[in-house]
Amino acid sequence: MKPLHSLLGTDQLTTAQIESILALARHMDPRRAKQLLRGKRVVLLFYEPSTRTRTSFEFAAQALGATTTLIAASSSSVEKGESLIDTGRTVTALGADVIVMRHPNSGAPYLLSRYVPTSIVNAGDGMHQHPSQALLDALTITNHKKKLTGLRVVIVGDVFHSRVARSNAHLLSKFGAEIIFCGPPDLVPDVAALIAPGVTACHDLNAALRDADVVMSLRVQKERLAGRELGLEEYVEKYQINCERMKLARPDAILMHPGPIIRGSELTSEVADGPQSVVCEQVANGVKIRMAILATVMGASR
Amino acid sequence: MEALLIEHGRVVDPVTGLDREMDVLLREGRVAAVAAPGKLAGAARRTIQAEGLIVAPGFIDMHVHLREPGQSHKETIVTGTAAAAAGGFTSVCAMPNTTPVNDSVEITRWMRARERGATVNLFPIAAATVASQGKELTDFAALKEAGVVAVSDDGKPILDDKLMHDALRRAAKLKIPVVQHAEDSRLTAGCSMNAGAASFRLGLHGMPNTAEANVVERDIALSRDTEGHLHVAHISTREALDAVRRAKKSGLRVTAEVTPHHFTLVDENIGEFDTNYKMNPPLRSAADRDALIQGIVDGTIDAIATDHAPHAFHEKQVEFERASFGITGLETALPIAITVLHHHFGLPLGRIVELLSSNPATIFNLEGRGTLAEGAHADVTIFDANRKWTFDVTQSRSKSRNTPFNGWIFTGRVVATIVAGEVVYEEG
Repeated sequence: MKPLHSLLGTDQLTTAQIESILALARHMDPRRAKQLLRGKRVVLLFYEPSTRTRTSFEFAAQALGATTTLIAASSSSVEKGESLIDTGRTVTALGADVIVMRHPNSGAPYLLSRYVPTSIVNAGDGMHQHPSQALLDALTITNHKKKLTGLRVVIVGDVFHSRVARSNAHLLSKFGAEIIFCGPPDLVPDVAALIAPGVTACHDLNAALRDADVVMSLRVQKERLAGRELGLEEYVEKYQINCERMKLARPDAILMHPGPIIRGSELTSEVADGPQSVVCEQVANGVKIRMAILATVMGASR
Repeated sequence: MEALLIEHGRVVDPVTGLDREMDVLLREGRVAAVAAPGKLAGAARRTIQAEGLIVAPGFIDMHVHLREPGQSHKETIVTGTAAAAAGGFTSVCAMPNTTPVNDSVEITRWMRARERGATVNLFPIAAATVASQGKELTDFAALKEAGVVAVSDDGKPILDDKLMHDALRRAAKLKIPVVQHAEDSRLTAGCSMNAGAASFRLGLHGMPNTAEANVVERDIALSRDTEGHLHVAHISTREALDAVRRAKKSGLRVTAEVTPHHFTLVDENIGEFDTNYKMNPPLRSAADRDALIQGIVDGTIDAIATDHAPHAFHEKQVEFERASFGITGLETALPIAITVLHHHFGLPLGRIVELLSSNPATIFNLEGRGTLAEGAHADVTIFDANRKWTFDVTQSRSKSRNTPFNGWIFTGRVVATIVAGEVVYEEG
């Protein structure tokens, strides 16, 4: 298997690489982990505010014995006009072993990876990808479903703006899952179906949910609906996931959400807190998967 | 100035219809004679042996950005025209989006002054509106007098109907075209590539085809009303192309240019956010690219222009959405045209010469250019249509390096470029 130097997007991963990260994550226990990364420096380069992903990576790195430093865009030289390449080179010269990066522009980590030798882990780039989220989602799904092949996964909401949707589609497609993007035409354009084999676009939630094994809800921001044909009220009516609609899915279907949840918008509290919800499990799996990712890109997994 | 004899070349001149082995004698800046091989032997001490090569009227690039005045860190008139010469262009038409914008006789004269050091003919295109702000038309008559060949607010399209109407009418009286970069910028704010499957995959906002097509349709309607000559810059969509095709059928004075990158590449080629594939208009879908080839074959498209747009490293090697639009193109235009259009699609060399020389000369009324008829300006491009070579951007004469074609293996190469009877570029 090809060693993984950086984690930029799920489309670049082989199934063997994905399975290896998932297997490693299953053995990770944040409270009693081997100090695989002792003495290593993990820089969290965040150009966009983030609580859960940042904390998750921080805990993951620290659990493995690494030291972490947060560079937030607001407090660093980026505000003075330093280019991304120069910031990356500086961080590398300071001795960073891994750069975990969150950036509002799609593709930013790809640019940096071409100019610095340091391992880069994409913690979310614009609307493009969020590979660690897709991996933790795969870990969560496989905890309940044993295998990804043949699963019917419905991803509901603002697919257009969602890096989570894109990373999940690539990953699940590699294992032969059926992926249905569902939402209003503005947020689920027809071209979305071309992202990977096995992906379809659908604008009818009830049809999409039928026999679903996994229902993945995405955040819908009011401001993203602004100027579109659909208001929040109509969105709720047509696309909100409630108990009634969950019944269309298979009885053993799980409900997922990458967070943060806006209750009353994309889903109801009953569903978010219901028996099928695995939202908190996703968050817990996030630390494990990020431990596995960091260990993998640092070559400390063997 | 000493006479120069080009011997045994295959002379391809779309204007005179010539396509056979001939000798060409250049004297005192003009084509003195074109005659059967050997007939002019001894007429000049300086000779160029052109056996196996194509001898064509000098190429004219209708659309370049030379960046002077004001942006000389990207390119200068010296480096830009050197790149033009290396690409076989004997004339370039420079867009006005300089700093300050070329909206005046003074800047036009400054650009054309001998001290600027242009090694090929430089014909400025002036701004159609003051500072290209889309409010008030410039003094077209004075600008034409100063040497401007067209007007355009390239990059800042004229969206106001009345203003475009007036621009076409004023230009019509002076017999110069209005060049429009057709983009409804109300539909493209925040967009960095074409709208489609690739932009969805990359998570980038995309420019829809309608943003170009709507403006072209509107401009054609205004051209009909005003009898003004509309020249559509760097056409990129099948819808806009259809509009131009219909306009031509109904006899309107509408012409169009296409860039080598638009008829060669597609949006998917951006790969993983390579900013050397970022330009405006953006690379479109394969269906658009194929339609452009069809438009070249059926005559809807009149000219190949490069939209040579040099940018410095720090302006391109940044986040994709923040990177400047544009790529260099002067040195790769002929090689791409020959490789793609001639060798791959079988387009006759005569048609390629027409797209690169005689048609641009006609559109911009460059008298005595775009032909090798006796008495024409002694601007000549000599190229080898069969030479295989690899383009190495580090060898570029341009000041900038922003091209997607580095490392491409081409068939077809410029061998010599002659401006006013003087050799300004020779291969090797």
